[in-house]
Amino acid sequence: MTQLALVIDLNVCVGCHACVTSCKEWNTSGWAGPMVDQRPYDADPTGTFFNRVQTFEVGEYPNTETVHFPKSCLHCEEPPCVPVCPTGASYKREDNGVVLVDYDKCIGCKYCSWACPYGVRELDEMQKVMKKCTLCIDRITDQTKPESERKPACVLACPTSARLFGDVHDPDSEASVAIRERGGYQLMPEWGTNPANHYLPRRKTRIQIFEDELERADNPLDKEHPLPAASGDTLDDVSF
Amino acid sequence: MHPAFSVIFLTTLIGAGQGMFMALVTGQVYSMANLLEAQDNVRFYAMGSLMALVLLGGGLVAAVFHLGKPSYFFTRAWRGVTQWRTSWLSRELIALPAFMLAVFLYGLVHYLGWTGPLFVIKGVIPVDASLIIGTLGVIMAVVLYVCTAMIYASLRFLQEWHSPLTVANFIFFGLASGFTLTAAFSAWSGVGLVGFYGTWAVVFTIVAAITRGFSMLRNSRIKHKSDMRSALGIRHPKITQCSMGFMGGSFNTREYFHGKSPATLEAVRLFFLICVFALPVALLAASNAMQSEYLPILAFVVQYLGLLAERWYFFAEAKHPQNLYYQTVG
Repeated sequence: MTQLALVIDLNVCVGCHACVTSCKEWNTSGWAGPMVDQRPYDADPTGTFFNRVQTFEVGEYPNTETVHFPKSCLHCEEPPCVPVCPTGASYKREDNGVVLVDYDKCIGCKYCSWACPYGVRELDEMQKVMKKCTLCIDRITDQTKPESERKPACVLACPTSARLFGDVHDPDSEASVAIRERGGYQLMPEWGTNPANHYLPRRKTRIQIFEDELERADNPLDKEHPLPAASGDTLDDVSF
Repeated sequence: MHPAFSVIFLTTLIGAGQGMFMALVTGQVYSMANLLEAQDNVRFYAMGSLMALVLLGGGLVAAVFHLGKPSYFFTRAWRGVTQWRTSWLSRELIALPAFMLAVFLYGLVHYLGWTGPLFVIKGVIPVDASLIIGTLGVIMAVVLYVCTAMIYASLRFLQEWHSPLTVANFIFFGLASGFTLTAAFSAWSGVGLVGFYGTWAVVFTIVAAITRGFSMLRNSRIKHKSDMRSALGIRHPKITQCSMGFMGGSFNTREYFHGKSPATLEAVRLFFLICVFALPVALLAASNAMQSEYLPILAFVVQYLGLLAERWYFFAEAKHPQNLYYQTVG
């Protein structure tokens, strides 16, 4: 079975929000749209978004690190939001594992959003139905597009290629290889939701060098320290 | 969680309605066993059923306002009965109308006086239509309590709710308010059952105080499974959010935060502890001593107001793990 998903590389995400805006741009006029805003130019603007980039600081000054953290629906393999839906509006596609909402069946009771530990579902204030990341379902399944464009808008927009898209059940896909070789992990594994989306951790390249590997104790060019004086037998004194 | 008044009114109103119906059937069974005097079909049982039905209908109206648009009640809500295999909410949407039908039929049978025995078990227990419908109705009432409570108790990562105590609380709060209301109804209509229902109301109120006490104790010591580490997958004890990605708020900041101060929460808790438990017990005891017809009514009003506060607190005290992602506006 295919399970499409995103693999997000926290090591290269620069927090530019290009995925956020491209997501909104594509989806507001697509299958999942409109994603309306309320008071967009006023003091208290708000609106529907499927994708957000958050920023965290890890550690204590001066040993801190900034982590930009894109967050959208993780398309869980055991989605807790789907079985709780009373109308069957929430479903997981059999053919590619994408979790979707049928906007014509949803009654806006918000129960699925309570049942998602990640908080990635939003009630659209205009249509009053639950919306969420569709993995750009209308784009990735569009056979009229060339293969290279059959990817979610956020993936195509990312300037640092921090977002990989692919089938995480296919061991040879770019996404699976990245998860396997670069330490891909799931969020909140304690709930057994088995998210399909994975995150790649921040990485640092360090060479391990010990002090004595940098400085020879008997460096003949060393001007500061006298050469160790020979005491007792040396190799020259040994007769063969 | 952000307490929604539609759900607060729904759960408290139908809880009292179910409790009242169970009180009526209990009274009927007791009078069959000659432990209580028999009551008038129309004035007591039919009117009582009507009152229970009004409460249940009020709950249903409140539930309509929980939908995205009230019009979805007519256009889409019928689909809500389709997912009963997996969804407790769907099960509730079946159990509530089914129970309302049972209450309606129970009241109708009494109103029309169809209470002649249909058959007699072992020559001592005369079974009439109202007893059959009443017994089925009581089972349905219990099923409905379980469905309503399991909507909350089944959400495993809302750890404050994920406990059998949630089910116990919904049952005993419903029974307490329902029996108190039936005591008030008896006092108002001059039926000599105030002491009987009042005693049971006090018993259920005390049991509810015990189960709610345990759940508050449990919640005060709760250790949340999710933290910033598991939310982000970064192994460091100190992770602070600089930005949640927006500044103007979103569904995430509106739906899962109650936005009230700890002092307000504490005040609400004190209010419901007094109004749900202490005052109704005192008022029912006083009414027993003074034979007042108003004190049981006052007891119900006070307890119902307290239950509204209790249900508000029930939502406010639950901490959703998604809140970990929404700590800092920026």
